[in-house]
Amino acid sequence: MDFATVLQLLDSTLRLSTPLLLACLAGLFSERAGIFDIGLEGKMLASAFFSAAVAAATGSALLGLAAGMFASMALAALHGLASITFRGNQLISGVAINFLASGLTALIGQNWFKLGGRTPALSGDARFLPIDFYFSETLSSIPFIGPIYSELLSGHTLMVYVALAAVPATWWILFRTRFGLQLRAVGENPEAVDTAGLSVTALRYQATLICGLLCGLAGAYLATGMAAGFIRDMTAGKGFIALAALIFAKWRPGYALLACLLFGLLEAVAIRFQNIDVVGVGTVPVQFMQALPYILTVVILAGFIGKAIPPRAGGEPYAKERA
Amino acid sequence: MTALPKWADVALIPAINLVLAFFVSGLIVMWIGENPLDAMTVMIKGSIGSAYGWGYTLYYATNFIFTGLAVAIAFHARLFNIGGEGQAAIGGIGAALVCLHFGWPHWTLAFPAAIVGAAAFGAAWAAIPAYLQASRGSHIVITTIMFNFIASALLVYLLVNVMKAPGQMAPESRGFPAEAHLPTAHEMLAWIGVSFPRSPPVNVSLLIAFAASALVWVLIWRTRLGYAIRAMGWSEPAAIYAGIRPFRIIMITMMISGGLAGLMAINTVMGEAERLLLDPVQGAGFVGIAVALMGRSHPVGVVLAAILFGMLYQGGVELEFEMPAVSREMVLVIQALVILFTGALENMVRAPLERIALMFR
Repeated sequence: MDFATVLQLLDSTLRLSTPLLLACLAGLFSERAGIFDIGLEGKMLASAFFSAAVAAATGSALLGLAAGMFASMALAALHGLASITFRGNQLISGVAINFLASGLTALIGQNWFKLGGRTPALSGDARFLPIDFYFSETLSSIPFIGPIYSELLSGHTLMVYVALAAVPATWWILFRTRFGLQLRAVGENPEAVDTAGLSVTALRYQATLICGLLCGLAGAYLATGMAAGFIRDMTAGKGFIALAALIFAKWRPGYALLACLLFGLLEAVAIRFQNIDVVGVGTVPVQFMQALPYILTVVILAGFIGKAIPPRAGGEPYAKERA
Repeated sequence: MTALPKWADVALIPAINLVLAFFVSGLIVMWIGENPLDAMTVMIKGSIGSAYGWGYTLYYATNFIFTGLAVAIAFHARLFNIGGEGQAAIGGIGAALVCLHFGWPHWTLAFPAAIVGAAAFGAAWAAIPAYLQASRGSHIVITTIMFNFIASALLVYLLVNVMKAPGQMAPESRGFPAEAHLPTAHEMLAWIGVSFPRSPPVNVSLLIAFAASALVWVLIWRTRLGYAIRAMGWSEPAAIYAGIRPFRIIMITMMISGGLAGLMAINTVMGEAERLLLDPVQGAGFVGIAVALMGRSHPVGVVLAAILFGMLYQGGVELEFEMPAVSREMVLVIQALVILFTGALENMVRAPLERIALMFR
């Protein structure tokens, strides 16, 4: 493999990791506050559709982004209503949200655009366009560092940089602010938070809505940044890979970045090379590369490589009074 | 606290939830610009208004009974098996191997063998997450989700590289031999002189689905093992105190659950397609969740809910035909709303009803 191929591979790794990273951080906020969320996929999908649809209708990618985030946060609020207010099963609520998003986006898409569930192809300002760094043209001639700067780091859409910046931001919010401490506490020991006079309900709703916001960014990136429009079920399991990455990262922002980059790299390799010949092993089929994130997550969950311990109160609805 | 009388718990609450789900679906249909009552009429007529409609409704219902029972039995042990989709796909591989690799003289021999094959493969696929939950505490919901994706990758790999019929492009196995053909309702009813349309794929698997429901009922409420499963579901510490071993119960329950999900394949793979296709499950594994919730994890409820969902799926096809504005995905929306109202938002209906019930005590 030559240097140019490696660069291309890493470049697409960065692009493919972005939606995973945003969704993974979304799940991080929610699960750290004790709300399991297997509806990341559905929220991303809803946002992908509404961002592309509104962008197609208005010609503005930013308006699309706003619509996508709104749709995703609406589903997040529904998840909050079911799992916080009505103390329902968070996993079942997540399953319902995934189906709701899959069904509604196809239904509304077909009704709105009559293109078999697609949105029209987006172009110009209706998409987020690559941002070229300063001097990327001139600097590209410098050996080694030049191509890294101009091809790998420069030339991505806004959301890629937002996602990367969201990692330290998430770490700072969760581990260096009062709000973050409260949020983590509500995921570990809601009784203590309640005793301290804070509202468990309010904190958990806030976490759920932040989760919706980040999933909204992820979905909008998929449909208006990475692709040029929405196609049916375009998230194609990315929400679940993000969930896998979250477990792989043991609910920590820094590891989340690494996990998402790893899973992005696997996807990039699978797309670029299809079946890979490994000396001494034989041919590794492309399907194995596609399944690898899930297999790795199961291995991590099984505790063979360090133990993944979720937030203690995760998945448990909080009832103030004991029945 | 169960202030509610039993009839309210088993009939009233599911009915209210269902009405709510249909009401919201109706609003969505109205918003699209069609008349929801007309849409409902089309769906009912299309699904149970003719023998042809019934044939398809019951074909879908067969799948949903199997996957619904799979989810339901796991619910009894308070395990959420979300992996029916993967277990059914692997069950499909089992059924296909049995049908392709032995020269069966007659379907009456091929069928029991395929039942065993499908159930064993499904059970084996469920056994891994079960083991990880039981011995290493890995959350079964997450592992079964992961196993769905792994199963689908495995199926694609096998169909593209190993099982693909020679000399053809499409990733599907070769067709099963004619001796492994399962009698459809058309053929079976012809034996007793009743005519039934030829095209609906409903077949002898439906009877297996009913038998499985009866067996699950016996297992849950009439055997020692069923008692142990329910005890685990009610209270794990109490079950341990009573000498029940959680490891054993988790393994057995999940393997029965996976086996039931795998059985779905005898209907789709052996009964309908008569070859192994890329997506032999088509979401039925997930419908099982809605069916189990709706049917209150009781086999009778599961059968009724499965028929209801069979009506929805068949009605949805007809609806798309009659009202092009309302595409087939409407069914997915209704399904989501049923899961939402019967599963996640259950307390929204239950809490006020319990308050009312307490007033009359």
